[in-house]
Amino acid sequence: MINIAAVVLILLGLYSLLTTQHIIKMIVGLNVFEVGLNLFIITIGYRSNGIVPILTRTNNVQDFVDPLPQAIVLTSIVIGFGLTAVALVVAKKIHKTYGTYLINEIGGKVE
Amino acid sequence: MKNILALLLIAVLAFLTMTYVVDNNLIPEYGEARLDQTVSGAYVTQSVTEKNNDVSFGRSDNLETGSANAVTSIVLEYRAFDTLGEVTVLFIAALGVSLLLGSSENFAKRPKSGFILKVGSKIILPIVIIVGVYIITHGHLSPGGGFQGGAMIAAALLLMAISDPQFIPSIKQFKLLEGLSGTIFIILGLVGISVSGYFLSNYMDTGIIGTLTSAGIIPILYMFIGLKVGSELISIITDFLREEAECD
Repeated sequence: MINIAAVVLILLGLYSLLTTQHIIKMIVGLNVFEVGLNLFIITIGYRSNGIVPILTRTNNVQDFVDPLPQAIVLTSIVIGFGLTAVALVVAKKIHKTYGTYLINEIGGKVE
Repeated sequence: MKNILALLLIAVLAFLTMTYVVDNNLIPEYGEARLDQTVSGAYVTQSVTEKNNDVSFGRSDNLETGSANAVTSIVLEYRAFDTLGEVTVLFIAALGVSLLLGSSENFAKRPKSGFILKVGSKIILPIVIIVGVYIITHGHLSPGGGFQGGAMIAAALLLMAISDPQFIPSIKQFKLLEGLSGTIFIILGLVGISVSGYFLSNYMDTGIIGTLTSAGIIPILYMFIGLKVGSELISIITDFLREEAECD
């Protein structure tokens, strides 16, 4: 079931956040975490045999899946994009200042 | 050692989340969401303020939002204030990127693009822009909307920057466009206070559901959101192009 797969994705992202030393890999892990979370929120609103929540000539509103989680995930995706952009810039700054992307190497160089 | 500790922590978390997900009364089982028991049922039938049982494509008129796309009617009508916050977050992200990267006017020398990229981008660029505009203007009828269409238009500009090494987006004009469309969004919301008493209300005629001119204020708001998101993404892209120069 997809909600279990989404939880597995969240845990994978968390594991990579905990174990890696490389800042870019951390950002990738954060993105995996976020994709899992978005997927999980969407699965909350799923109904078996439900259809896309868009009214057309051939369907009616009684068959719709829950549109509220989808609207919330739209917000979440945009915020994730902003977070990734700022995180990449900070990583670039760290690389420029310390010459490395590895956080354990930065540790000794702080004055 | 650290990896084993992390693995142990993840295992504990996995156990906790699985018990939470699999057997819980607060969130429905997979595939068994009940719309009539939550607020989503009222969102879908557009009966939040007054009961309304008949929503049929091309016939019902004067609905609460009049948007055929239920996600759009939530994003820009019932939770439009959230969307204002979301656009603000994106604005702050763009601001943070441009502040952190400095304001150097030098751009990196990008490598010459190949023949396929040059010719292919000329063919698909107009299509990408037209589809982006279509997605923005049909946000209340079909999948998509201002955020998605704005991202497509920004992607078109990124394609231009990749295919033509001399091309640099004029960032000042995009910043002006962004500020202007954000201001118009808020002004349109404030007009709602004077017309019907609350912020970002749908004070225009919602029309017949399913037609292009339906949904009142929603297509207009989505147009400005599309412009704002597109110009914000373009300014982020331009900042990243500029940063390459400082590393050389």
